[in-house]
Amino acid sequence: MGAVTETKGRNMTNYFKLIVLGVIALLALIAANYARDLAYLVNALTVALVAAGLFIWTLRKTDEPVPAVDLSGQYMDGVVRAGVIATALWGVVGFLAGTFIAFQLAFPVLNFDWAQGYLNFGRLRPLHTSAVIFAFGGNALIATSFYVVQRTSAARLWGGNLAWFVFWGYQLVIVLAATGYLLGATQSKEYAEPEWYVDWWLTIVWVAYLAVFLGTIVRRKERHIYVANWFYLSFILTVAMLHIVNNLSIPVSVFGSKSVQVFSGVQDAMVQWWYGHNAVGFFLTAGFLGMMYYFVPKQAERPIYSYKLSIVHFWALIFIYIWAGPHHLHYTALPDWASTLGMVFSIVLWMPSWGGMINGLMTLSGAWDKLRTDPIIRMMVISVGFYGMSTFEGPMMSIRAVNSLSHYTDWTIGHVHSGALGWNGMITFGALYFLVPRLWNRERLYSLSLVSWHFWLATIGIILYAASMWVTGIMEGLMWREVDANGFLVNAFADTVAAKLPMYVVRGLGGVLYIAGAIIMCYNLFMTVKRSPAVEATNSVVPAE
Amino acid sequence: METYTFLRAFADSWMLLFLFVFFIGVVIWVLRPGSTETYEEPSSIPFRHEDKPAQRGEADAEADAKEA
Repeated sequence: MGAVTETKGRNMTNYFKLIVLGVIALLALIAANYARDLAYLVNALTVALVAAGLFIWTLRKTDEPVPAVDLSGQYMDGVVRAGVIATALWGVVGFLAGTFIAFQLAFPVLNFDWAQGYLNFGRLRPLHTSAVIFAFGGNALIATSFYVVQRTSAARLWGGNLAWFVFWGYQLVIVLAATGYLLGATQSKEYAEPEWYVDWWLTIVWVAYLAVFLGTIVRRKERHIYVANWFYLSFILTVAMLHIVNNLSIPVSVFGSKSVQVFSGVQDAMVQWWYGHNAVGFFLTAGFLGMMYYFVPKQAERPIYSYKLSIVHFWALIFIYIWAGPHHLHYTALPDWASTLGMVFSIVLWMPSWGGMINGLMTLSGAWDKLRTDPIIRMMVISVGFYGMSTFEGPMMSIRAVNSLSHYTDWTIGHVHSGALGWNGMITFGALYFLVPRLWNRERLYSLSLVSWHFWLATIGIILYAASMWVTGIMEGLMWREVDANGFLVNAFADTVAAKLPMYVVRGLGGVLYIAGAIIMCYNLFMTVKRSPAVEATNSVVPAE
Repeated sequence: METYTFLRAFADSWMLLFLFVFFIGVVIWVLRPGSTETYEEPSSIPFRHEDKPAQRGEADAEADAKEA
């Protein structure tokens, strides 16, 4: 079914592609010529360069004979391989940026004078968050979702090269956003910093992503849609909705990066945190739960502990997460009923989160010995453990009384990182270790002891990070509210900054350990492809060459 | 009635009831008698087609075997 659509008629479409690419390159050059700010200029030139490069590449293929090959008998793994490489590389970039800005906070001299306005903390911070969440996490989600949806649907990806469009289009989003941040283009919305034209482009890429994913599910050969795909699909759909609503803005000029939000005041704040918290809920939780529901059973070699629980987990998470956003706006202009609503739903969220954690952990029941022998399953288990820990901490911090102490302190940053480094990072590393030997037809990983090294470096790094942020966060919260007998504040803001130095250094060291682990992983994965004994490809109707 | 007031009233009455009933319905549906056997089949999906897609007729044959 739909077997040879990928090769038919490619010659004709090349002419169409050439016209589109030529027009895009031309328009981008015109835009660069009229550019009103530096970020817009650089972004326009980037787009022109990419379009021109693709134009030449397409031109060289045009009118060349294309052999008609029936690919329906094998999975489309090329794009997954590219996604795995991108995940590992963006991961290192994002961790490096994070570790550097951690040291910038400890030692302000690292905000170099010669790079003022480009490489200071304010510019690098969104670069770090976007690189780890959207570049590292996003690529991991796209790659694993393409891998998982094919295996669990027993069908090749729908849409042929559309999957490649999703991959490269997404990399372009990352590059445009990252260069824009350094040059000062931002709409000042946390985790939604990219300006209007990047948002529009991401919308196009995301619709293509949805089409590929949904198309593959529609042509599935399995009767049931496996639970992992439900999580992935909810992630794709919800992120589309969040992205569009939170980025409703009107450009000041088509030739400038600046735009003005449609919402204002407390409505804008509420929309932002409805987006922001559900980016955590659906990007970093639902999507990664999709990974958990496939890779943990695969690595443990046994089905998920309870399929029933996974269904309840899914619907409970979907129904509850979407309401939790207002807990970011306690003690603000937001009406009390709204922030109470957010708080209550955050606490209720405890249950589905822990249900999911139990489901992941109990999958190992009867196979706990694997924890001793298999460092990859160890990585996945500690990731699920961190998921449980941060979904316990989060609801607690959303309680108004706790929030009055924790909000605006480093405790929040510690909480986010125990989730991001522990849960998202570790499950992704586990998935990469699982995928690379299979995608490159290797018998096994290059070195399991290097995986153990990675595991311990990352784990100790997270512990240093989280522990130092608890200490400094609670300390700073207490110092801010400390008053003397006459009701005057005891500490100036600068006093808290001075008191935090030791903890900031410890946090930076935690980052160093974490990135050291990631670099070891990259080396290990590279050597796996390079050195591990090859096995015959199984994903093929024709024997491997 | 102005739109906000209407939507607000609708959201915390009928819509809330609908969402709540739907969710309870899902839980009851999942726990229905015989569901344990039903869910054995989908829970083993990750272990079936690791290498390549289902070949023509293969999955249909499986489904037919289940139907019978």
